[in-house]
Amino acid sequence: MDKILWIQGGRVVDPANERDAVGDVFIRGGRIVGSLSEAELAKADIIDARGLVVAPGLVDIHVHLRDPGQTHKEDIGSGTRAAAAGGFTTVVCMPNTSPPADNPGTIQRIRDAAARRAVVKVYPTGCLTLGMKGEQLAPIGSLKRAGVIAVTDDGACVQSNEIMRRAVEYAKMCGLVVMDHCQDAAMTEGAVMNEGYWSLRLGLKGWPASAEDMVIARNVVLSRHTGAHIHLQHVSSAYGVDIIRRAKKRGIRVTGEAMPHHVFFTDESCKTYDTNFKMNPPLRTEADREALIEGVLDGSIDIFATDHAPHTPDEKDREFDHAPFGIIGMETALAVFLEVFHHSGHADLPFVISRLTHKPAEILGLDAGTLSPGAPGDVVLFHPDETWTVDGARFQSRSRNCPWHGHSLRGRIRRTLVNGVTVWDGERVPDDVPAVTV
Amino acid sequence: MTDADTWTRKDLISIEDLNRDEIDMVHTLATQFKQTLGRSQKKLPTLRGKTIINLFIEPSTRTRIAFEIAAKRLGADVTLVEQKASSLVKGESLRDTAQVIQALNADMIILRHAAAGSAHYLARILGIPVVNAGDGAHEHPTQALLDTFTMREKLGSLEGRKVTILGDILFSRVARSNLWALKKLGAEVTLAGPATLLPDTFAEFGVTIAHDLKSALSDADVVMLLRIQHERQSSSHFPSLGEYKALFGLNAERAAWLKPDALIMHPGPINRGVEIDSSIADGPQSVILEQVTNGIVTRMAVLYLCMSAAARGKGQSNG
Repeated sequence: MDKILWIQGGRVVDPANERDAVGDVFIRGGRIVGSLSEAELAKADIIDARGLVVAPGLVDIHVHLRDPGQTHKEDIGSGTRAAAAGGFTTVVCMPNTSPPADNPGTIQRIRDAAARRAVVKVYPTGCLTLGMKGEQLAPIGSLKRAGVIAVTDDGACVQSNEIMRRAVEYAKMCGLVVMDHCQDAAMTEGAVMNEGYWSLRLGLKGWPASAEDMVIARNVVLSRHTGAHIHLQHVSSAYGVDIIRRAKKRGIRVTGEAMPHHVFFTDESCKTYDTNFKMNPPLRTEADREALIEGVLDGSIDIFATDHAPHTPDEKDREFDHAPFGIIGMETALAVFLEVFHHSGHADLPFVISRLTHKPAEILGLDAGTLSPGAPGDVVLFHPDETWTVDGARFQSRSRNCPWHGHSLRGRIRRTLVNGVTVWDGERVPDDVPAVTV
Repeated sequence: MTDADTWTRKDLISIEDLNRDEIDMVHTLATQFKQTLGRSQKKLPTLRGKTIINLFIEPSTRTRIAFEIAAKRLGADVTLVEQKASSLVKGESLRDTAQVIQALNADMIILRHAAAGSAHYLARILGIPVVNAGDGAHEHPTQALLDTFTMREKLGSLEGRKVTILGDILFSRVARSNLWALKKLGAEVTLAGPATLLPDTFAEFGVTIAHDLKSALSDADVVMLLRIQHERQSSSHFPSLGEYKALFGLNAERAAWLKPDALIMHPGPINRGVEIDSSIADGPQSVILEQVTNGIVTRMAVLYLCMSAAARGKGQSNG
């Protein structure tokens, strides 16, 4: 009775298995299989993938689904639909919900909501400290039992080195990675964009790269001290990349992620005071952007993620100082990374796909990101060269805060499958998509 | 005023946007208005029947009053809206407040706001002219227009003239607007002050950076002092007002380093005994009060030009 799928004739790019060739992918009972019998082939549903790339479903380990508490911005239903439209089949959501995910009850609530409404796989993270206040450790062990995949105070970086030291030690005991948003709060009070020429010119309060570098360095020191794996979120500064590069050479267990906006835009984009260019960490200089790209290319920065951060048009339509930080990113991420890394000639397609699939999955130990036999039938089909114009009005996300609105990008998602079920057909999420549980 | 017909902006948001001809146009018109100031009947009928809203979301005395007087001299009706007396305190957004004002048939908004870019934001939203009366640390275009007007009255051409702006540069919209205006008029600009209030990055604007007062003052044709804006700073920017005075305050001893005919300017409000001693502020080289008077005629020129551009229907928005 198991449904059988035969994805025919695409360019299969599965970096974990070093596969990059035209061929077929088979799914039976929601999982990848290496081959099918003649009888199975005869009754398989066929998906014609000729001219398309067939890759493992994309993995985004840094998204904000705003559920519970801020569902006017996004909820698990709309957020996972945005993921599906962007080719993501697995997302890891941040705990800065309302209330914050610092207790097992809230984690259960997120998982229940996902079981009812998610169209892709949702893994929650838990807070490092109670209320993300940086003062007292959250019940990290109980959070793990409730199902968190990592712990983080994303957006509210723990300022006390003592608390951070204890948090990473404790999380290590629990077998959880700590993900850190690296920001010195005192150095960035009231800051709304990168500190530099453009902040001076625009009269906006600057957020110096040093305030990020300082905390990246702190985390390198603490990782070395404790042996714990610390994942450095949304790295944006050139010197930060260099600190990570040198730490890795010394064998220190840090990993880093790069966001689409930080490799695409610079702080000059703020010059019209368009709040869709206001995010945290901020867009930095061209030198930072180039260093970040270099860091991805040489492996200092391990993976791509989006920091998908929905806010409503009303919330964003304000004076630059008063608008919230953050932009949405899942529905444009693949095309942006293809533009910056592949179409530019920097890297081949498997390189880009690996940073969006098995590498992020490996950082958190997720069962995702490959087309190995036995793996979940999570697959994305896309046309790497198809040009499309970003139109915020067509997003699946409930929010519209996207700096690429109106941009022409290459690389279009044609189909997304989760456990062998089509959750995005290239135009829409089919009506009968069942909720996905993990 | 054929010259004025070539002005196409309905909004004045920043000096950075203006070209040299536009600055000249404002100054030429201001000179003409200044000739009317001495008359007993000061009002001109130019903007009769127009309603101008002074939307002041941040405290101001001289700028607000100068705009009000300028508008009234041109015959306009002026209404003041302040934050504490407006629906902004009830949570109304700036967009909604401005749209309400426009719906009340106002013909122009003069905006003072603590957020950089707010005038730009309003100009993008509204069809009526928006004049920036200071947006955060970004720009204060009419201040620079009146400052350079005053300098040109005293010095003639500013081509090759040396102007030192001394004080809290980082938080100063006056410094930014003057920097653009002076450069467009051909002056050489030196910025001076403590390193924490004058980041080296300012050098990228094509100006000289100085932390040593003597070098900043000795060959200046104009020295413009700026107030320390405690309200915008964190305590980490410098040790104390006393230390500021000790290192950067303009006193008689340091004023002696200036050329005898150098002009001393200050946009106000002055903190006497901090950035400038009374003997200097009130001394013969000071043109501080003339700046205030010139603030009226330059703003009359701006109001007239922007309103005329809007009336001709070819008003460009800076949006």
